[in-house]
Parts: sequence; C-alpha cells; structure tokens
Amino acid sequence: MEKTQKTNWVLTIVLVLGTVTVFFPLYMAFVIAFKQPSEMTNDVAGALALPAHFSLENFRQAMEVTDFWHSLGNSLLITLVTIALSILIHSIAGYVIGRSMAAKKSFRLIYLYIVSGMFVPFSILMMPLVKQTAQMGLGNRAGVILLYLVFYMPMNVLLYTGYLKNIPVALEEAADIDGASTWKTYWTIVFPMMKPMHATVAILTALGTWNDVMTPLVIMSGTGQNTLPLAQLNFQTQFGTNYNLAFSSYILALIPILVFYIICQKQILNGVANGAVKG
Amino acid sequence: MKSKMTNRDKTFWAVIIPVLILFFAFNTLPMIKGMIYSFTNYRGYGSYDYVGLRNYMDLFSDARVGKSYLFTFKYALAGTVLVNVLSLVMALGLNSCIRFKSALRGIYFVPNILGGLVIGYIFSFIFTYILPAVGMAWDTGWMKNSILASEKYAWIGVLVVGVWQAVAMNTIIYISGLQTVPQEVYEASMLDGASKWKEFWSVTFPLVIPFVTINLVLSTKNLLMVFDQIMSLTKGGPAQSTESISYLIYKNGMDGGQFGFQSANAVIFFFVIVAISIFQMTIMNKKEEQL
Repeated sequence: MEKTQKTNWVLTIVLVLGTVTVFFPLYMAFVIAFKQPSEMTNDVAGALALPAHFSLENFRQAMEVTDFWHSLGNSLLITLVTIALSILIHSIAGYVIGRSMAAKKSFRLIYLYIVSGMFVPFSILMMPLVKQTAQMGLGNRAGVILLYLVFYMPMNVLLYTGYLKNIPVALEEAADIDGASTWKTYWTIVFPMMKPMHATVAILTALGTWNDVMTPLVIMSGTGQNTLPLAQLNFQTQFGTNYNLAFSSYILALIPILVFYIICQKQILNGVANGAVKG
Repeated sequence: MKSKMTNRDKTFWAVIIPVLILFFAFNTLPMIKGMIYSFTNYRGYGSYDYVGLRNYMDLFSDARVGKSYLFTFKYALAGTVLVNVLSLVMALGLNSCIRFKSALRGIYFVPNILGGLVIGYIFSFIFTYILPAVGMAWDTGWMKNSILASEKYAWIGVLVVGVWQAVAMNTIIYISGLQTVPQEVYEASMLDGASKWKEFWSVTFPLVIPFVTINLVLSTKNLLMVFDQIMSLTKGGPAQSTESISYLIYKNGMDGGQFGFQSANAVIFFFVIVAISIFQMTIMNKKEEQL
C-alpha cells in the first residue's frame, strides 16, 4: 500500500528545514566551544561564524576545570549500576507480582502500592531523604543509586507486569513438573524471555538517571563528587564570562549521550515508544 | 489448603518482602516524615515544635508561594497545550508519506535525550546574546534586551526550552499512536470523499485518544515539576517571576531555613499533582467511552 502512494515532497522539505530548530542550538554550542574569547565580537557573526582554526585547547582546559574524567566516571558508574540492578530486581518483582495478582488480593494491593509511587513528586521526599541518607551514611553515590532503584520501581514494575501477560504460563508449569525450583525457572526461562522489556527498561532508566540533576545535587552535595550535569552547575562560577570554556564543557557533557544515541538510535526510539504505550 | 504454603509461594514472598521494605524505607517513609515535618516549625537544624496547621494557613497568605503557583500553572498550562498541539502535528507529518522518514524521526528526538540543565545554559546564551544581537541588527525594539531579564516575559523563555524538549518525547508517543490506526480506515474515508481535515477529526483523532491521555498526563506532570531549566536559565528571577514550586521548595527548604513550611508546600503540591492527573484521566476516559 505504502509503495503506491506518492512521496509528499513539500512536506519532506518543510520537515527537513524544521530540523534547524534542533541543529541550531547544537551548532552554536559547537562553534563557540572551539573559538577563542577574542573571536566573540558583539554581533551575531561573532558567535555563529566558524572558528578561525579548530583547536582543542578549550576542551583541554574545560576538562581540567571541571575534573571531567572523574565526573564522567561517576555518571557512568551511577547509570550502569542503576540499570543492572533495575533489570535484576524490578524484573523479578514484576514477575512475582504479575503472576500472583490475578489470584491473590495481597499481591494486587502490593502492585497498586508500588505503582501509585509514580505520582509522588521528588519535592516531597527531598528534604526528609537528605536527612535520612545522611544518617544512614548514604549521602553518596551508593545512596543515589539506591534512590534511583526506588524512584524507577513504579514505572519498571508496571512495564514488567504488563509484558508478562504476553508470556504463557505453560512453560513455567512444564518446568515445575520437571522439578525445577521457582527461582531457577525464573532465571533460566522467564528472565531471558523478557529481553525486549529489559531493553526498554534499560533505556528509560538510563535517560532518566544520566540527565538527572536534582537527586545527586541534594544527596551528594557533601562528598565533593560530581556527576556530569552536576559539574556544569557547580563550576558555573569558574567559567565566569569565558563562554568558550563554558561551551566546551557543555559539549563534553553532551557528547557521551549523543554518541550513545547515534549508535542505539533505533532501540532507543522503540524503547521509549514501547515504554510509553505500555505505561 | 490455605495454611499450606507451596514452595512457589515461599519464593515469591522471599522476593517481594525485601523489595517492599526498600520501597517503604525510601519512598513511603520519607513521605510520611515530610507530612509530619509539615506540622512543625523545623528550620532544617536545631530544635523544633509542633505548630498544628499554621504552615498550611500561612501557605495561602504567602505572596511568594502564591506567585510560584501562578507561574507553575501558567507554565504547565501553556506548555501542555503547545506541546500536545505541536507534537501531534509533528507526528502527523513524520507519519505521512515522506522521504528520510527514520532519519527525521531520529533527529527530532534529539532534544529529549539531552539534559535539561545543559540545554538551559545553551539557550540562556541564545536569549541573552544571539537574539538581542539580531534585534540590534534589525532594529527591532522588543528583541534588543534579553527576554530572560524581563520580569514580564522571562517565563516565555523558560517555556520555549521546556516545550523544545517535551515535544520530542510526545511526538514519538503520538507516532506510535498513529501507527495503530489501520490503513483500511483511511481508505474507507477516502472512498467517502472526506477532506483531510475532516478525516483527521472524525477518523484519526478518536482512534488515538488513548495516546492523547498518556501525553496529557505525562506532559502536564513533567511541566509542573520543572526544575532543571529554571536552575540554568533564570534561577527563579527576575524578581522571583519564574520561581517554580519545585525550585522554591528546594531553595527555601534546603537553604532558607523553611524546612517545615516548605514541607507543607510539598504536601499540597503532591495533592495538586495527583488531583490533576486523576482529573485528566477521568475526563479522557469519558471521551473514550462517548466515541
């Protein structure tokens, strides 16, 4: 059917031109990041023209000022550990709840209890959590990971229980008759079958945690540790009026996620659409 | 029968109990604590007393809190309308018969993967330097000054950035909604000779209403909780004209010695979000039933 329809060229051109709204801010950040402060004249061309020569000096300096590798390491550590633990813990929680919900009222209530957590704004938890994590010695990266595990639990449990409806119970029953334990059946049969949902959960959790500012800002403030976005906030004053240095730092902060997106674009778009539709 | 627990049941409880403890300890417990603090005059340190409902009474007469609610609602309302109209239009475009379809879809999603804070800094430069420079060159009066420095219009600057990022997300959801509409439906309406406009309102739109519900709830909730963009664009200024509720709770609750008072603000904010979400879902459910 699609093939018999004619390509709408007018619309194609309009949409291609519209990508300027996406590219312009990125282009601007990119050229300013490469320029010297002396090239920044007060007219539009001063900011938007290509730099006289491409030098990586700004980036070297920005890495030094913001302790880039350290912040990148923290961001990677927090995001990757959160994803791994989310997939392990939220999937089995989703499985246990999803398989018991129909027959048992207690699990139906547990499901509602966890999923309703989606409506709790961080604002109401923030102040008590800062006290609580500090008292428990969790005012650090481990605390941030633990909080992410709790914050993303409602969404992920919802996604996993929803996906579970597509997986027939017959396989588990067969394994049960063969004498396999529930624990073993889950990890060898059900867990691998939920692979598409693992991808969705990983992507949604990754986008949320990687860009989050508020949680590390309030929880890790005493540690001197930064995540990538947090470093931009904390070193804002050190950039001063040197916009070239600031923009080099912004570009450095954007590059990891952009590269990740370019490589996994298809999976990310599918994952996001999947998640939103099921959730 | 009832007293005998199978091995399967035992495993299930062994899994779910630790999960429940974790969830309770870091979600429900802090929420209860927040509610308790909201009845005290706690400053975040030192001793404190219970003051009953005084914080709640004071909330309604506090000019700054009132202002933050006005800004947040204005922002969320304008944002929700803009985001949903724009992303539905974008989705229709990106779902029709065009070239470079997947590349375009990929590009238009980019704003959503980038962090709100850094994007805010980049746009802050556009508003403060690029637009005024263009204004000078064209001699356009209103563009000569930074929009972010204007008490009256700074919120529009924040709105532009918020919408720029949110449209990307909602477009993807609308596209997956449009893909659920079977091709035969369009063929039928084409045979009936319906115009494109009529086709959209009487055929396409009713079929994607569930996705409108998702998008409305999602975008309103996210816009109401705006924080990162405020942090990087205006820090609530000028003259507190762009102070969002989340930002005010953070700022005065954490550093301003208003732990108890802002806890009360957060409790009210929580009920507002729940009420709005439930309201939107019931309205849209009714719409779905009518059709």
